[in-house]
This record gives sequence, C-alpha cells and structure tokens, in this order.
Amino acid sequence: MSNMHVTAKVNGDEVEFLCDPRETLLDVLRDRLNLTGTKEGCGTGDCGACTVTIDDRLVCSCLMLGVEASGKSVGTIEGMAEGDILHPLQKKFVEHAALQCGICTPGILVAAKNLLEKNPDPNEEEIRYWLAGNLCRCTGYDKIIRAVQDAAKEMREAS
Amino acid sequence: MNYHTPSSFSDASAIAASAKGKTRFLAGGTDVLVQMRSDIITPDDLIDIKQIQGVKDITKNKDGSWTLGIAVTGAEMSEHAEFKKAWPGLVEATDLIGSTQIQGRATIVGNLCNGSPAADSVPAQIAAGATVSIIGPTGERIMAVEDIPTGPSKTSLVHGELISAINVPARGENAGDAYLRFIPRTEMDIAVVGCGVSLRLDNGTITEARVALGAVAPKVLLVDECSKALIGTKLDETALKKLRQAAENACNPINDKRGTIEFRTEVAGVLAVRTAKKAYNRAQGK
Repeated sequence: MSNMHVTAKVNGDEVEFLCDPRETLLDVLRDRLNLTGTKEGCGTGDCGACTVTIDDRLVCSCLMLGVEASGKSVGTIEGMAEGDILHPLQKKFVEHAALQCGICTPGILVAAKNLLEKNPDPNEEEIRYWLAGNLCRCTGYDKIIRAVQDAAKEMREAS
Repeated sequence: MNYHTPSSFSDASAIAASAKGKTRFLAGGTDVLVQMRSDIITPDDLIDIKQIQGVKDITKNKDGSWTLGIAVTGAEMSEHAEFKKAWPGLVEATDLIGSTQIQGRATIVGNLCNGSPAADSVPAQIAAGATVSIIGPTGERIMAVEDIPTGPSKTSLVHGELISAINVPARGENAGDAYLRFIPRTEMDIAVVGCGVSLRLDNGTITEARVALGAVAPKVLLVDECSKALIGTKLDETALKKLRQAAENACNPINDKRGTIEFRTEVAGVLAVRTAKKAYNRAQGK
C-alpha cells in the first residue's frame, strides 16, 4: 500500500505527514518529523524509552502506528521546555544527577510530567509504580525518584 | 499491508471475511504491534476498529448490567468509579497488566482474543460471568467468555468474526469479586498462576460462586468443582480445604522457567483460597 496522509497535533502544532501504515508512531516522530528526542529502546513496549502522550494519556510510541495518530494530540519531550527555560522536572533531573546515558530520560520526563498533572503530590510508592514501565539501567532509580519528588514540591510551591 | 478504518462492525467483519491473506484486528495494539515487530505475524490487512462509534464507552444498562466497548482501555476502566465499585476484581485484574503506558492502550477484549492462558483479565472476566457479543459473516451471536479461548493463541472465533462488545452482568446485592495472581516480582510480569472468584451471599452463606484459574492449563479454566466446594458454605475451614483440593485437581500446567508443574499446582490452591476470602469479604461489604 502507498503512503497515507495523516494530520495530527504534535506539541500543540498542527503537523501533516505521509507514512507507510506499517510505520510506528516512534518511526514517524524520529524519521519523518525529526523529533529525535523520543528514543527507541526495546521496540516492544517493555522499556518506556519511547513514551509520549496521546490526548494526555501515556503510551509507548513503538506500540502505536503513525496512522493511528490521525486527529490526535501527541506530546513529546520536545514540548516540555519553554524555549531555553527548562521544565522544573528537567531542572531537577540535572540537579539530582538523575540521568547518566540519557536514553531513558525523555520517556521518564514525559511520564513524570503526566503523573504530576494528575497527582501533584505523589508519594514514593506512587511514583515508583507510575514509572514501573520506564526502565533505567544506569541510575538505580533512587535519584530519579528524588528528582521527581523535589520537582513536585517546587511546582506545588510555585502554584 | 492494507490499513482499514471501518465505521461499523459489519464492515469490519466484511473486510476480514473477504480478505485473502493474513488479517488482524487492531484495538490497543499492545499484542499485535509486538507480534508484527518480531515477525511473528505480518498482516496483509490490518483492521483498526477504534473508529467505530461507541467502542470507547462504558455503559451501565437499565437492568444494572454493563456493556464495555472493545476499545475501552485498562486505564479507563480503573478511572470509572462506578464500574470499579461494582466489579473491583475485574478492574484490579486488568490493572495488573503491564505498565502505565500499556494501560493507556491495552483492552480486555484484546487480552481475551490474544488467547494467552496467563492473560490476567480473563479469569476475572470468566468469574464475573461476562459474555461477548460477536459479529460475523453469518450474523451476530453471544458467547460466554470461557468459551472463547481454545488453547494458547487460539480462539473459537471463525474467519470474519470479531467481538463487538463485552457484557458484564449486574453486580446485584451481597456479592463481590476478586483476582489475585502470583508473579516472582512486584510489577510488570506474566502470571505464574492467576485466580478470579465471584461470590454471592445470603446471610453469610454462599449461594453463587464462580472460580476461574489462569496459567495452569492450555486455556483459562472455569472450575465447577471449586464452585461446588463453596456453594452452601460460610467459607469455613472445610470449604476452603475442598476449594484448595478442587483447584489443585483442575491444574494441568506446563513446566517452564516461571514455575514447575508442582509449584503452579500448589500455588493455584493457595491463590484460590486467598481470592475466595477476598471476594467473600467484599460481598460482606468489608
């Protein structure tokens, strides 16, 4: 089958792309829209590195076809900072050294931001369960959890 | 690969029925896309059934029963307070599947049609007495959930048929359900044994019982002998002993890296007891 024409919103902007119906949303984001912040880890929905939001719900972009994004609102890591101003989560990840190689980081940030939008004051257990689908082989997770807690605190105080 | 987005189940069925090559239906995609990526299946026709009207709806019918659309995700079930209150066991079983990301896409109809003996939501669906509406080339029919899986990755759906809705009975009074599974870790794993139980009580005596076991046979089992062990009792020690024995007797598991035959059999008995106690407490409003 020939390429299909898809219209969607990505980080608030209207985008159009052509893609083969077999292409995953992850492939579309990286190879057609040049949004390479979203990473491919396992490609089978186990590691969470490719996490994005679809209509404000977390999904693995490797487990969704590009054509399925038609009419949807996609949120990626590129939509997180405002210009040069980092999101509080991004800032706290740097401060707490909550990343090393960085492959899992975009997915974890997107997932953590989604959690804090639903629950501004999650406890440690809630954060760990929410992020259970985001694997990190470098940090041992503790720094990630502390960074999310610290960012949540800062965001609560700011609001 | 042809990608279809039919606007009705009869259209979806017609596309599948006339397809010459391999066909797959796409709802949440958390199994199909993994299978496509690992070259287990390369569909010639992929039929996305999410654009059919009503597939995202959780509907409470006039008689108190529920109709779940085929594209309702695990997350949407967990967030539906009234449905969760009515069928907490079915919701907790579904919630155990995968990560937050998987919950955002995965559906219980997909969990059923994937045909895994270890599918977490299926013992809970069976215990609940759920049925599925099926549309196919010869018309519509309704089947009990326990009659859908026929073996690993196999279902009783025929060429051109697909499930159009899942029907969950009215919960009614003095009743409760529960689901427990054993996995070697705390999250994100496949059941070594899973058990779903639904009970109804009359002054503490069990009048209705359905017990289903997962991952201990080629398909999820509805175990009548377990129901018999419970009905007419107040879940006393004798009843629990009989329940445990009946659950063990029903097992016909495999040996694999997750658990041996002996281990799965013993755990099935233990889980049946624990799940029955949990369902019993819920039926008493505890």
